[in-house]
Amino acid sequence: MATTTASKPATGPDAVKAVSKRRRLHLFSTGDKVILSLMVGIPALFEAVLVWLPALLSVGLSFTNARLDTSQPGGMRSVGFSNYRFIAQDYPPFVPALEHNLIWLLFLTFIATPLGLLIAVLLDFNLRGSWLYQSVFFIPVMLSLALVGIIWQLMYSSDSGLINSVLGTAGKPGAIDWLGNSSINLWAALIATSWKHVGYIMILYLAGLKGVDPTLKEAAAIDGASATQTFFRVVFPAMRPINIIVVVITVIEALRAFDIVYIINRGTNGLELVSALVVQNLVGEGTNIGVGAALATVLLVVSLVPITIYLGRTFRKDMQ
Amino acid sequence: MSDAAPTATRNADQAGGTASRIISPRTRVVSYVFLSITAFVWIIPLVWTLYTSLRPEADTNKYGYLSTGGTFNFDNFSQAWTQGLFAKYFVNSAIITIPAVVITLLLASMVAFAVSRFTWKFNITLLIMFTAGNLLPAQILAAPLFQFYKHFPLPLSVSDSGSLLNTFIGVIIANVAFQVGFCTFVLSNYMKALPSELGEAARVDGAGVFRQYWQIIMPLTRPALAALATLEFIWIYNDFFWALLFIQSGDRLPITTGINNLNGVFAQNYNLIAAGAIMTAVPTLVIYLVLQKQFVAGLTLGSSKG
Repeated sequence: MATTTASKPATGPDAVKAVSKRRRLHLFSTGDKVILSLMVGIPALFEAVLVWLPALLSVGLSFTNARLDTSQPGGMRSVGFSNYRFIAQDYPPFVPALEHNLIWLLFLTFIATPLGLLIAVLLDFNLRGSWLYQSVFFIPVMLSLALVGIIWQLMYSSDSGLINSVLGTAGKPGAIDWLGNSSINLWAALIATSWKHVGYIMILYLAGLKGVDPTLKEAAAIDGASATQTFFRVVFPAMRPINIIVVVITVIEALRAFDIVYIINRGTNGLELVSALVVQNLVGEGTNIGVGAALATVLLVVSLVPITIYLGRTFRKDMQ
Repeated sequence: MSDAAPTATRNADQAGGTASRIISPRTRVVSYVFLSITAFVWIIPLVWTLYTSLRPEADTNKYGYLSTGGTFNFDNFSQAWTQGLFAKYFVNSAIITIPAVVITLLLASMVAFAVSRFTWKFNITLLIMFTAGNLLPAQILAAPLFQFYKHFPLPLSVSDSGSLLNTFIGVIIANVAFQVGFCTFVLSNYMKALPSELGEAARVDGAGVFRQYWQIIMPLTRPALAALATLEFIWIYNDFFWALLFIQSGDRLPITTGINNLNGVFAQNYNLIAAGAIMTAVPTLVIYLVLQKQFVAGLTLGSSKG
């Protein structure tokens, strides 16, 4: 907080200069100018110090030999790209983590998100009792991913989980170890995460569908379009703003995925994700800040692609 | 945008009417069957958790977890409450979540007011910076933030670690910094839609910038603020990562991060874990029942611009 106060005067003059003539600058008193600068300056400083500066420092740290602490004995030295060389060549979980993040994205994109859309479309028919269905899909959206992980452990557990109990294998040698078997646990985690994701997408599309002008649908129906045609040719394109948000949410969720795998086994043994590897390199015995930062930088670069595309689209009109 | 909500509802009523006229009886039956099966599958994890939580471990060991034998009671809940640190966890969650939501909305509304009611040169740059910040995965910031917190000196009277680590303040400001972007984005869109004459009239009356913000714009923004407050409450309450990163002593964890310890504390006693899970879900389920509309409004406000 001390830094906040110190740099306020610095933002003052710049900020005032930035006020366009259109709003007739001379109408602002000096007091107003100071207040406006503070109103923008304090939150901007907050965001800069706690989000953007750390993001840049992550990139910086990835080129150093920092291990347990940035003020380690002997100081930090630049090591060039050796952390990147290490994760690419000598760090076995890295490639699986990239694959798992990609599978995560594909699963959400082609299974969970379309299912959410389908449920929203069916609920939009206003069938009797649709509020009840809606609530069922809505509730998981309110729960944290960590809690979703805990709840699905009760489903998957090999000695007392519901699935093994139904299969009659609970606690027996033939029990399926849904979370421990590295060839299936990723799919188990994806089903758990979809339990929440589907409802999230459903809510967004329900709102989107209600916003579509009903006369569009009527016009299509009068022109002899079938319900399917009406949906894909008229309704779906009309929901473009929602579609963009849904794509962004799906991509970002796939990059952010962390809580569920961390709850299950901290992101090891078949559940490696880049985000989890970052954390594994920052805590505990294997702490190696340089390597963690290199992994974080990879995640940053990948994340900036969808973020840039999205913001470019969103703010394009305002820029002109 | 302030009158977008009523329009949407009106459309919805009409849309419902048209849709039910258009769909054939066969589509209706297929929809019912599909929705019923999916909803049944969807509710199973919750029902199973609730069911398991109501049965003593001895009974489930004797009859198996998938059985109806034995007694049903709330013993697991009281046992989980006393053994796990639930009372503490819930208080910690409140200490973190409530200030974080208030500060987030305050900061976001100030920036949103400044960029939406006045034309600045760096308006869009600023908005992009805020919005993008909210979309980054939190793990990207973990290493530098942890080091920053560790080397940020605080008097021992404020923090027993002598730094920002292991403090509620540390978790609060990380949450705020991460959430303020989304709220700024939503609020600036909302405020932009308010007529600009409001500010001009106030200026003629001699109202300073701060009065315009606090007494004219903020009251008119109340619907968006209410929606965002609900949404942010859920999001920050549900945050797992920041407390995991910054809090080292178990008794300072918020509930969402605290439940990570249930497996260890309850030694694989699934009945206790289930009871703990249900208790953790209760606050969000209460909000679902009471403020569902606000929550949905918050989510959809963010997508109204594309």
